[in-house]
Amino acid sequence: MADAPVAERLAQLALFADLRWPELEAVAHTVEEEVFGEGQRAIRQGLSGSAFYIVLEGEASVLVDGTERARLGRGDFFGEISALTGEIPTADVRAETVLRCLMLPGSQLEPFLLEHPTVMLRMLHAEARRVRDANRWR
Amino acid sequence: MSDTVSSRPFPPGRYPVVVVGSGPGGLQTSYFLSRLGVEHAVLSADDGPGGMFRRFPLFERLISWTHPSADVPRGSREFEAHDQNSLIADDPDLGALVLDQIGEDHRRPARDEMASGLRAFAERASVGVRYGCRWESTRRDEDELVLVTSDGEYRCTVAIFAVGMTEPWVPPIPGLELGMHYVHVSSAPDRYEDRRVVIVGKRNSAFEVGEAIVRSGLRELTLVSPRPPDLARLARSPLRPWYLTPYDEHVRGAPGRYVLNASVERIERRGQEFLLHALDPTRPESVVVEVDDVVAATGFRAPLQDLPELGVTTVLDGRLPALTPFWESVTVPGVYFAGNVTQAAQGLRKHGVASVSSMVCGFRYNARILARHVAETVFGIRLGRPRIEPANVVPYLLGELTRAPELTMQKGYLARVLGIDAEAGIRNLGILPLEVFVDGSHDGVAATLEFDADETIRPVVYMRRRGVLNETALPPHPLRRYEDAEYGEPLDALVRPLLPS
Repeated sequence: MADAPVAERLAQLALFADLRWPELEAVAHTVEEEVFGEGQRAIRQGLSGSAFYIVLEGEASVLVDGTERARLGRGDFFGEISALTGEIPTADVRAETVLRCLMLPGSQLEPFLLEHPTVMLRMLHAEARRVRDANRWR
Repeated sequence: MSDTVSSRPFPPGRYPVVVVGSGPGGLQTSYFLSRLGVEHAVLSADDGPGGMFRRFPLFERLISWTHPSADVPRGSREFEAHDQNSLIADDPDLGALVLDQIGEDHRRPARDEMASGLRAFAERASVGVRYGCRWESTRRDEDELVLVTSDGEYRCTVAIFAVGMTEPWVPPIPGLELGMHYVHVSSAPDRYEDRRVVIVGKRNSAFEVGEAIVRSGLRELTLVSPRPPDLARLARSPLRPWYLTPYDEHVRGAPGRYVLNASVERIERRGQEFLLHALDPTRPESVVVEVDDVVAATGFRAPLQDLPELGVTTVLDGRLPALTPFWESVTVPGVYFAGNVTQAAQGLRKHGVASVSSMVCGFRYNARILARHVAETVFGIRLGRPRIEPANVVPYLLGELTRAPELTMQKGYLARVLGIDAEAGIRNLGILPLEVFVDGSHDGVAATLEFDADETIRPVVYMRRRGVLNETALPPHPLRRYEDAEYGEPLDALVRPLLPS
């Protein structure tokens, strides 16, 4: 299919583990691939209209007011909070290496999750783990 | 061979810059490099100018407009927004050249009209090209890039590849090779008469070929790909209304007109016909379509030759290079791209809105910025950055928001940028990629036009003061006129704290 390699890469990510092949292909045709050079930003703190990203390869840092708060790698996703709440991102996400991502415009995330409830559930699991880990740090 | 081949400039050797390609991207880039005094060679495998418009689109007119009537002088900067297809120039006589070629009853050029307009530009602007010279491979030799061509080796500091997105790309679907790619579809009107045709794909070329062959008396037409065509979001969709007859007839239930949202599993031959097996996620079993012809309208890739081996990182299964905001490879310095390959530098993509860098009306401006960037950063050519008095900042920016064709065409991608510095004052930094300003560090203001989340066009102003960036969207105007107090007062309030007293 037009994006078969993308569909195959999606199949290897936990987020999409429950999808059947034609669904994976439909997802592959919905998301867009973006590559960021080292130092380029995928999400910008304080700027509206951002998107939801899933990391396919490479490494990114999450920066709040220029201070690094987290590192992201293959299979991680970011941008979902502002995509779902409509609020402006509160952090930068910056490529630390060449960063290859799949991108879904923010406004399309909610209908996408409703169309793929198993992806929504897996995202919820990941968010639950993030909240748990954040609470542990307190 | 044409006359242009017999008088061949640019023999193999060393040049500061080598531009590859003689389509609109190559011609436009060469024109601006020449204006800036950057010595360069232009090489092309073709035997004349035009690039992709020597071949595409196959059937239909372009989807971009050239309006013959306008309230501004032809060839002026403002006219550029009325004419998406002509190359741009500092000399008004070199602008709007597609307009001369276009038939009286049309507002969109056909392929040959577009090619004629480009040929006229190459001739009148005296863009020298070494035609019949094919770029074959590339290597690095210390600080130099070496382009090996059919005529010999070219050494350069900067290579700019304006090679288009012209090679057929076919996804690895079993049996799809039994069909033919869009580029090989016959334009003979009776070729598809009384036949059953399936088109794999639902983007521009799929609908273009569908629209064309539906007129040739075919019996059955099916378009298939996993996702429905993106029709709801006109501003974001590459599809425009004039290609949609097959889709329209499908929606209304016309016999023999089908648009399937399914992934193609495989295609197999059975005697004189083909069986296409498609998986629709909403159905338990495959859909099988019996057809006489299979067309792969699955898109194109840039002919990057061996650039990936040189280290050029690619996107979309190798179809495009990954680019910086100034259209340089993110991994190989000195390797730049012009023309429709610049669509790979996506910009901010706020609300998912893409640039129009895949079209002449977008990449002609990218070419001017690229030429200036290379001239300044690689060759140390000083560019003028006129000073603007504080009192003129607001009227100037409102005028740009109302009339600048760069902002009208490349919404949310290009911006008018003013740099503000306590010592240097207010300087006009020109039209730049918005991303460059947003991710930069200098204080200043950038004005652009954007589609908001509801696809309404709004002026948006970005300001950086003492290193802190702010974004302000101004209200939309029904006639897109921003030169009155409704805009002047809020813009003045915004920029005043930034201006030197």
